This record gives sequence, C-alpha cells and structure tokens, in this order.
Amino acid sequence: MKNPRLIFAFIILLTLISAFVNLPGNIRLFNFERSFKYNPNYFLQKYNFSKELAFRQGLDLKGGVSITFKAEVEKLPTGERDKALESSRVVIERRINLYGVSEPLIQTAKVNKDSRIIVELPGVTDVKAAINLIGATAQLTFWEEAATVSAEVATSSAYPINADISGLGPLKQTDLTGSDLSSSSVVFDPNTGTPQVQLKFNSEGSRKFAEITKRNVGKPVAIVLDNLVITAPSVNEAILTGDAVISGNFAQEQAKALSTQLNAGALPISLSVLEQHVVGPTLGQESLQKSLLAGIIGFITIIAFMVSLYRRLGVLASIALLIYALLNLAVFKISSLTPYGITLTLAGIAGFILSIGMAVDANILIFERVKEEMRAGKGRSSSIELGFSHAWTSIRDSNVSTLITCVILYTFGTGIVRGFALILAIGVLISMFSAITITRTFLRLVYK
Amino acid sequence: MNIIGRKKLYFLISLLVMLPGLVSLALYGLNLSIDFTGGSRMIISFSKNVSEEETKFISSDLEKRNIKVLSIEPSGKTAIVRTSPIDERQNSEFNKDLKAKYREAIQEEFSTIGPTIGGETTRNAVKAVFFASLLVVVYISLVFRSVPKPASSIRFGISTIFALIHDVLVVVGVFSILGHFLSVEIDALFVTALLTIIGFSVHDTIVVFDRIRENLGKNVNASFAQVVNDSILQTIGRSLNTSITVLLVLFALLLFGGESIRWFVVALIVGIASGTYSSIFNASPILVVWHEWSQRQSK
Repeated sequence: MKNPRLIFAFIILLTLISAFVNLPGNIRLFNFERSFKYNPNYFLQKYNFSKELAFRQGLDLKGGVSITFKAEVEKLPTGERDKALESSRVVIERRINLYGVSEPLIQTAKVNKDSRIIVELPGVTDVKAAINLIGATAQLTFWEEAATVSAEVATSSAYPINADISGLGPLKQTDLTGSDLSSSSVVFDPNTGTPQVQLKFNSEGSRKFAEITKRNVGKPVAIVLDNLVITAPSVNEAILTGDAVISGNFAQEQAKALSTQLNAGALPISLSVLEQHVVGPTLGQESLQKSLLAGIIGFITIIAFMVSLYRRLGVLASIALLIYALLNLAVFKISSLTPYGITLTLAGIAGFILSIGMAVDANILIFERVKEEMRAGKGRSSSIELGFSHAWTSIRDSNVSTLITCVILYTFGTGIVRGFALILAIGVLISMFSAITITRTFLRLVYK
Repeated sequence: MNIIGRKKLYFLISLLVMLPGLVSLALYGLNLSIDFTGGSRMIISFSKNVSEEETKFISSDLEKRNIKVLSIEPSGKTAIVRTSPIDERQNSEFNKDLKAKYREAIQEEFSTIGPTIGGETTRNAVKAVFFASLLVVVYISLVFRSVPKPASSIRFGISTIFALIHDVLVVVGVFSILGHFLSVEIDALFVTALLTIIGFSVHDTIVVFDRIRENLGKNVNASFAQVVNDSILQTIGRSLNTSITVLLVLFALLLFGGESIRWFVVALIVGIASGTYSSIFNASPILVVWHEWSQRQSK
C-alpha cells in the first residue's frame, strides 16, 4: 500500500462507515429535531439481527442500581465453589429477567479468596426491592394436596403463586426442601430419549421423600421453585431410593436450565451486600450532557489552537482528529454488538478526552519535526518523510508506555478505573493508527 | 537558553512547590473517601436551600439509629452526607422519616461501601501505581538500551521515575491541602487521575529523552550537558503545545463539565502542568547530574 491515493480512498471509506455507524436514530438539539429512517439499526433489524447498536451508558450516566454481593462459599468444599457461584449467577439472571429490567449486567468476580456477584440494574432506583429479589436463596420446596387450606397459608408469601393455574387443588408444604437435595442432573429417558431432570436426595431427604410418596400414591406432588410450580407429577408408587425424575416436555436446554437452577437451590449460597450505589436518573443525565458539551467546546478549542499554530497543517490535523474521534466512537458503538461491550462512564469519557489529547500530541510531534527539517533547508516532501520518521520513535515509545499503564490499571483496577483504562487503551491504539496512516497520507497528498 | 546551567534553580522551584503539600501531608494526611475507608454517602436534594435546620434533622435522625455522621456538606439545594456504613433497612427508615418531615426531599444518590472493599481499593491503587512505575522503568531501559556509552539506559528509566514521583507528590500534596481546607476527598476517580498523570508525565519525559538519544548519536563531540540542553530546547515547543492543548480541553471540562468530575479535572490540570515542568526541568537535569557524578567517581 505505497500508493497514497489508494490509502486515501481507504481512509475516506473508513470515515464514511464510522460516520454511518455513529448516525443516531434521531437528533435533538434545542428546537431542532430530525430522525433518520435509514440509521444502522434499521438495517440490523431488516436482516433479523437481534442486537441493537448503541452506546452503552454506565450507571453514573443513566442512573440505576449497582450492588456487589459477597457469596458465602466458605462452607462449601473448594471444588464446588465455582459451580455454586455460577448457579447463583444463573438464578439471579432468571429472577431479574422475570422482574423485567432491560440490559442488566450480572458478573461474578473473584477477589483474593472472596467470591462476588456484581449486579447492575439500569433504570432501577428501588435498591431494597432489588436486594430482596436477588438476595433470597433459590428455594426448592415440595407440596402435597391438602383437604383444605387456611386463608393464612394461601396468602402467605411462600404459597406457590401459580398453584391455581396449574390445576392443582389446595396445597400444603411438606418438610422436604432444596437443602435435602444432594444434586441434580440432566438424564435421558431410556425409552423415548427425551431429556429429564434427575434429583438425588441425601439420606435425610430420601427418608422424607419416601414418606411423602408413600402417602400420596395416585395424587400429585408439586415441585415448587421460588414460589412457582415447575411441575406436579402424579406419584405412581412410593419411591424409597432417594432418586426422583422430573419428566415433562423439556427441550434439552430447558432441562439443563432447570437442573442448574435446582443445583442452586440444592447449594444455597447466602449473599451479603458489600457495596451498593444508587444514582438518580436526572443526576446522571445532567452529568452526561455537561460532559458532552464540555467535550464539544474542548474539541473546538483544540481545532482553533491547532489552526492558529500550524495554519494549513493545523487544518489537516483537525480533519485527522475529527476522523479519529469518529473511529473511536464507532468502536464504542460496534462493541455493543459483541459480548465485550464497552460501557461509557464519566471516567471513561475522561479517558476518551485524554486520548484525544494524546492524538493531538502525535500530530504536534510530527509537525514540529517537519518544520524543523524545513528550517534545515530540506525540500517539502523529504521534510515530511524525514519529520515523520523522526517523530515516529517518540510517538511509539510514549504511547507504548501509556499502554503499559493501561494494562496495569485494567489488571489491578476495579469498576471505573477499568473502564477508564480500556477506553484510554483503545484511544491510544487508534491514535497510533491515525498518526501512521491518516496524518501521513494527508501530508503526502497535500504536499506532493 | 541554558536550562541545564540553571538546574539548581529549577530543582529549588520544584522543592518550593512541593513543600506546602508535603507539610500538609505530614500534618493533616489525606481526606480519604468511603471508596477507601468504607462507609455511606448520600446526596439529598431539597426544595429550598439547605439550612442548619435540615442538616440538624439529618444528623439527629441518623444518629438515633447508631450511625456515625462524619460530615454534612450543604451546597445550594442539595446536601452531601457522609456516614459510617448504613444498611438498606436503616436507609429506608431514614428515607421514611425524611419524607415525613420534608415532602419534597429526594435521596438522589446513595452508596454504601463495606470496609473490605474499601481496604481492597487502597491496596489495589498502591499496587497499580507501584507496578506501573516498575514496568515503565523496565520498558524505558529496554527501549533506550542503544544509547551510546557512557550514558546508561537504566539512568533514563530511573530519571523518568524521579519526574513521575515529583508529579505524584505535587498532586497528592495539593489535594492534602484541598482536603484539609475545602474538605475535598480522595476517591477512586482521584486514583484514576493520578494514574493518568503518571502516564502523561512519562509520555512527556520520553519525548525529551528520545531526542537526547538521537542527538547523542549525532553530536559525538559535544558534552553530555550540552547535548541534553540542546535536546530540551528542540522539544520544548512540542512539550508546551501539547500541554496547552490538553489543558485547554481540561479547562473546558472544568468550566462546563458536571460537578461530579470537577476535582478529578483539577487533579489532572495540576498533574499535567507539573508533568510538563518536570519533564523539562527535572528529568533531564537529573540525568546530567547523575552523569557528571559518575564521571567524577570514575576519575
């Protein structure tokens, strides 16, 4: 790719693509409002792409709840801790989805010997309800039919809420619970090959289960998870072995999910709150708007400064900078389609603004060097080539040291520090690319 | 301009700038936020300007629940309250009382950080600064391994770290003073600022050092001090222009950005100004002092 015209065409193409990616569904600026039908999401939807292209905003911008739980895994044998933690995450995710929160973020983390679950719920402000929803351990219970059920039991919070819908009569809770379960797994019916969920009780559970099945032959026993009847099979004969199978019309994925959930019930981890933040939505939006305004003003100031300092070169640098900013924003937006979505927080925006500073620095380094070569009496185009190659070592060395700092920050930092490091690192990488290709190609074309 | 010749003056200026901060650090220490110490922080907004009546109500209502109130900072219609850790039940009871007394009052923000996480943040911050510095020395020593003798690449690395420590001390010192007199807190964002400053300071220093390396190869006959001085003068335009650009953006953030990042931006402004100074007037002169000292030793 020695041909600058070819590279130039490539840059223009890249710019157009990122400009398109950054195109919002509609623009609103004071009284001016305009929506674009052919925005990127229009095409994603058209081709049945399930994810949406968007800037993912952190809680400090959008408002919401962030809670860090400590998972009490100490009581469990070391080998089962990871499994228990993962089961808890699955349970929490299911509960949150039932609750109807969009874009929840549920992560597990290990810090030193602690196991943690971090839950971020954008748009939620009732942290108490959130903690109640998440913090309760997944409770597996078994219910049998009762002749009558007192009003007190029927309205208690433990009573299965879908008992009536499932076509069951009045129910009463047995003494068998998830803590009597030793494990659960997916098995396949040897005759039909359909997936089933197998339950294995411990000795205490086996005894209780045997008694329940003995007195309920011919009657249904409801298996209830978190107040929901999952299935209510009829007992054919008393089961004495402590093994039970939940058959139903499960798809394999469903059976696996149920088994995972039952395991979480079988291994209840209690969660305690280590850290919580609530940010009101107005506060966050205000910060975002102010930071954006500041960013735009800062950008204009840079352009004015560069143009007054370097005249024509400054104009080129400003265009290169504009492309740089577009590329960066496009990367942030595209990342939302991948599992590694970049979340923009206030600290992240600061990192972005700093990376703009470093991108400007690369340009200044090159221009100062070019000017120097010209002062030394070299011709224009050789000044550009020499200036560029001399500036390059400084750009490389300084940016690599910034990248090293970013890696360290990402490794040791938590939360906002990590977001900052990630965005700064992306910015530095793109700025190196922009210095090598964009600025150089512009210089070559203009001063040929 | 002879910067190297007046190096003692520039070292003295650095010392004078750092001194008040260091004294404040020794006397008052740092005003650490709940990010490090653990505790709760909330922002409450009222319908009118916060007066003594509201702050009294807040502190008495919290204290009757055995919560230690550390500070209540009124600012216009909002009050920032810092306390020992409050759990969710205590907070909802407090909110009930608050609503009963002031119908319009809203708890805009509420954070609780357990002491475990607080201690961890501190350890992580110290670790990050330490390892980042260490790796930077290693990287610079590696990149500059080709400097012609008798200059040594490890000296370049260590001089960079001196400049870096200078900048960290200036910023931490300034924030110790701000913390004591304006109750500005050191929080997780401040650590981010500090690490940015480290990155920038090293970035700036490397550009000057890069020039020194280049010139050492070219001017074999000039003295080391002369080469360093020339290199500083050749890069000073770039150093100032870059810093001015970054500072312009930061001032825009300071003036128009939200309140939540105000002190973060102040830390960056102080640090980047200091970083520019130290890369020109500290890092390279230290290199010369070291070089001349080792020359005398070998004679």
